[in-house]
Amino acid sequence: MKMAYYPGCSQEGSAIEYGLSTERTAELMGVELVEIEDWNCCGATSGHNTNKLLSLALPARNLAIAEKTGLDILVPCAACYNRFRTTEITVREDGEMREKIQQAIDMEYEAKNETISVLDLLANKLGPEKIKEKVKQPLKAMKAACYYGCLLVRPVHHTGFDDPEDPQTMDTILKALGAETVDWSHKTECCGAALATSRPEIGKRMTYEILKNARDAGAECIVTACPLCMMNLDMRQAGVEKEFREKFGLPIYFVTELVAAACGDAPEKVGTNRHFVEAVEYLKSLPAKAAQMEAEEQEKKKKKISKSEPANEEEAAALKKKIDAMAKGFAKNPEKTAARIIKDEEKAKLLAEIVTGDEKKISKLAELMITDQEKAIKTAEALINGELKKRQKQQA
Amino acid sequence: MENAIRLVPASKEDKELLARIEKEAGTSVSLCYQCGKCSAGCPVAFAMDNKPRQVIRFLQLGLIEAALESDSIWICASCETCSARCPRGVDIASLMDALRREALRQGKITDKKVAVFNKAFLNGVKSFGRTYEAGILLTHNFLTGQFFKDAELGLPMFKRGKLGLLPEKIKGREEVKKIFERVEEMGGE
Repeated sequence: MKMAYYPGCSQEGSAIEYGLSTERTAELMGVELVEIEDWNCCGATSGHNTNKLLSLALPARNLAIAEKTGLDILVPCAACYNRFRTTEITVREDGEMREKIQQAIDMEYEAKNETISVLDLLANKLGPEKIKEKVKQPLKAMKAACYYGCLLVRPVHHTGFDDPEDPQTMDTILKALGAETVDWSHKTECCGAALATSRPEIGKRMTYEILKNARDAGAECIVTACPLCMMNLDMRQAGVEKEFREKFGLPIYFVTELVAAACGDAPEKVGTNRHFVEAVEYLKSLPAKAAQMEAEEQEKKKKKISKSEPANEEEAAALKKKIDAMAKGFAKNPEKTAARIIKDEEKAKLLAEIVTGDEKKISKLAELMITDQEKAIKTAEALINGELKKRQKQQA
Repeated sequence: MENAIRLVPASKEDKELLARIEKEAGTSVSLCYQCGKCSAGCPVAFAMDNKPRQVIRFLQLGLIEAALESDSIWICASCETCSARCPRGVDIASLMDALRREALRQGKITDKKVAVFNKAFLNGVKSFGRTYEAGILLTHNFLTGQFFKDAELGLPMFKRGKLGLLPEKIKGREEVKKIFERVEEMGGE
């Protein structure tokens, strides 16, 4: 597979590990990336907050350059991805705006190709089976909260590769890597985005809610596919801990960093050592934890088997004792015991006659009396009827 | 009765302004039946003066100025939860976007910090073709008088190779500058 590639500004600065690990992930999965020549910033949120045409024209220049290659475009950053998709869809659906955009960038652009996110590429275009093939060190023992945030799943019309309320693509990827993903309620809640800078008192509270919800759901780390989410959750985590006087120490990973790690790369290779919250140690602790988990599981299994055997033996012995006692009573006093099975006095007497001296029948009836009363009655009646018929024949 | 809003029929100018905002946002406020689902799910509603539902109500009543002067439009994080959940298909997030741009046009900005950040960000793009993270932080802090804001992050970022002191420049920065100029000439939207 060959794709055009738009790294985006953050992937060369504050989210350098996302850039490194996206490129490495593509290499591992056999996807050839062709970087868009001399690409420019997409304008991000500041663009659409300020001027609509500008917010469409800035991505359009990149898309127009990529269109010449005829390739679909891989865009790791959630914000860039969203701006690219918005531009593509506007150009396809709004003729008037398409003309304005072409005029603003002074280039032809028809939106013939598709912009694709890292999650869509890994979970849908390549698929979990293809990922599993490449995994060398499964992330067993990892408990991750998959955090999708806003811009990968909304607006639904622009993204559409996953569910906007309970998305699954990242969970699919993580499970293919061998990790366990937790159920939690803040999968698509907003991290506060640029409010962390412009209105920190608001932004910090939003980030706090996400960290808290993930930890309370049993997660030991959070996984993201957005550089701004990473910035707020990782870089600003210490500030949030200070503000709310609560320690989290949750490592945050880009999903692509985990792909590289599970495929056998050292975490440092894709920049995981550059995080603010220490993130390498957790990855390195996983194999030992996984081994311990496996040992515990086996131990449990063994215990279960060895426990269940003596329990069965004990039960069986107790049951045998009861049956033996019943058979003894039957042999000693057949009439009394027979009366316990058959209410009719004459029939009970007959039953006593039939079984007297017949150990086989006594032990059979004794066993049934202990284990299955109904069957004991039926068996007794059958014996009596058989005896009656036999006698009738003899009389005839 | 000082705080009461006087309801008068919307003026012709207000009606035209609303029509323009709706066209730009690609949505219609008359679809809204005020159920409040947008505001219940909004992750920043706790910090807003007027909840999203109320901002839409202002527009429905022709009180455009009240909507433009709401702090809420600058608190909105553009997370799009409201638009995704609206049972009437009103694109509330897009309306918030259009309102911010209109407020900028009219110079009615209740939160200068957001506007200053946006300006610093776009100036970097206009000059270099790329985001200039260090430049944004410095300009933003200087213009908002918060000289040491996030200073604790700057050095560790630099040490981790996450913050270039000099801007990344692209070859086609003249082209990008021209996009800004053409958009301005065309009046943008």
